[in-house]
Amino acid sequence: MKTQTYTLNLGPQHPSTHGVFQIVLELDGETVVKATPVPGYLHRGIEKLAEARTYAQVIPYTDRMDYMAGMLMNWGYVAAVEKLMGIEVPERAEYIRVIVGELSRIASHLIATGAYAGDIGGLTGFIYTFRDREDILDMLEMISGSRMTFSYFRIGGVAEDFPAEFFPAVKKFIEKFPSCCDEYDGLITGNEIFQVRTKKVGVITPEAAINYSLSGPVLRGSGINYDMRKARPYSVYDRFDFEVPLGCNGDCFDRYRIRILEMRQSLRIVEQALEQLPEGPIMAKVPKVLKPPAGDAYAEIESSKGLFGAYVVSDGSPKPYRVHFRRPSFINLGYLGKLCEGWKIADVIAILGSIDIVLGEVDC
Amino acid sequence: MANFQLPAELMQALLEKFPNIEVQENQMVIVSADDLIPFMSEVKENPDYALDLLTNLTAAEYNDHFETVYNLISITNGFDLMVKVKLTDKDNPSVPSLCPLWGGANWQERETYDLMGINFTDYPGHPTRILLLDTFNGHPLRKDFKWEGGRE
Repeated sequence: MKTQTYTLNLGPQHPSTHGVFQIVLELDGETVVKATPVPGYLHRGIEKLAEARTYAQVIPYTDRMDYMAGMLMNWGYVAAVEKLMGIEVPERAEYIRVIVGELSRIASHLIATGAYAGDIGGLTGFIYTFRDREDILDMLEMISGSRMTFSYFRIGGVAEDFPAEFFPAVKKFIEKFPSCCDEYDGLITGNEIFQVRTKKVGVITPEAAINYSLSGPVLRGSGINYDMRKARPYSVYDRFDFEVPLGCNGDCFDRYRIRILEMRQSLRIVEQALEQLPEGPIMAKVPKVLKPPAGDAYAEIESSKGLFGAYVVSDGSPKPYRVHFRRPSFINLGYLGKLCEGWKIADVIAILGSIDIVLGEVDC
Repeated sequence: MANFQLPAELMQALLEKFPNIEVQENQMVIVSADDLIPFMSEVKENPDYALDLLTNLTAAEYNDHFETVYNLISITNGFDLMVKVKLTDKDNPSVPSLCPLWGGANWQERETYDLMGINFTDYPGHPTRILLLDTFNGHPLRKDFKWEGGRE
């Protein structure tokens, strides 16, 4: 019998692609022969726009990359500018950054977890994680006045100190959240259909993970112990006791599971940081008009999706000469084409969801 | 921020092996385009360095040259290293592709080609545009790129 492959467009308008993202699938029946990801639908040219702004004015643009964890995007950029200018950030500001950063990481992982349950067909899971994400957004709103695009970081510190009402709210959250994680485990992780759909699906070998520059939960899911907070501690991460959860099979299930374990660890970091929170200023002494010396700097942080880096070049003027962002979602997505080969269409959804992409960040 | 630079003796060994490289302060290494592939293979494969993760790949344009920038990390040893290649031919900037060494270079090189117009050579069918349309004219991150809108 004569057979031939056919082409199917998945997206750009498809709920399972988590935004405007297209995959051109070449199929043999239901099996993927070749998958060609097509990003770029949300490209706004942030790197070019940054060249026409002052250093401080770039911060709001970073929020709009990974809008699920805007705080962490702020952090990556200001870290690079601070490195370029040699600014020492006050200790209290570093702790505040860690606390809001980890809360943001939990919020981002909650979306990843809930949306993944939805991708697999259990939309109920989505509702549960969004319920708890709401608490975090409320807290971040108290701190920064915004629920999504915070622009809370400043070059040299943070915009404002914690308000008094934040402390009881975060205390309540710390008490409550572990049981929420138990709930996700019971509702999603333990679900038999969910496990059958995700275990041994979309396996990434450790060698491939390194070769394709993967990072974050996608890298650690393959068993590679590389979390920048632990491996090359920045800010004050060396002062906290936390573990780096690792997967052993490199499949979709491991990547999903790691996020829940990481949320528990992030909560531990928030708890310790609140205990150790020192008094003091929240801003370093920086000039009103920032003119970094000519030169360049590259700084990386561990964002919720992986290594987020910013490369900043200064020519001595108040505007950055060149800004480049290393976006973890974009680079993790580079392996998707190879990863999908040989799997069924339904598995493509499971695989894409397990990588946890945000298109704002992919397309930049 | 703690220091994760290569120890001095390892840097010295690199300098002996590749006499043409130039090491700047804070260990930025400038490599010629011809040396790029041998240099990168050495720091990647040699277990003393084991800089096996290519985290970042980008480019910048200056008045008289282009520069490609590579950031490497060693997962086992914890080092990091920034490598740069100066491309003095402003009309046709091209540099060897790192795709044979790292799969992760593929999309980043495509992005750099797309936005900055650097040609990555020696890799079949590569690079192609990734973020912009295939019919798009020009490379927006070039300084001479004219764009409409914005505040100016």
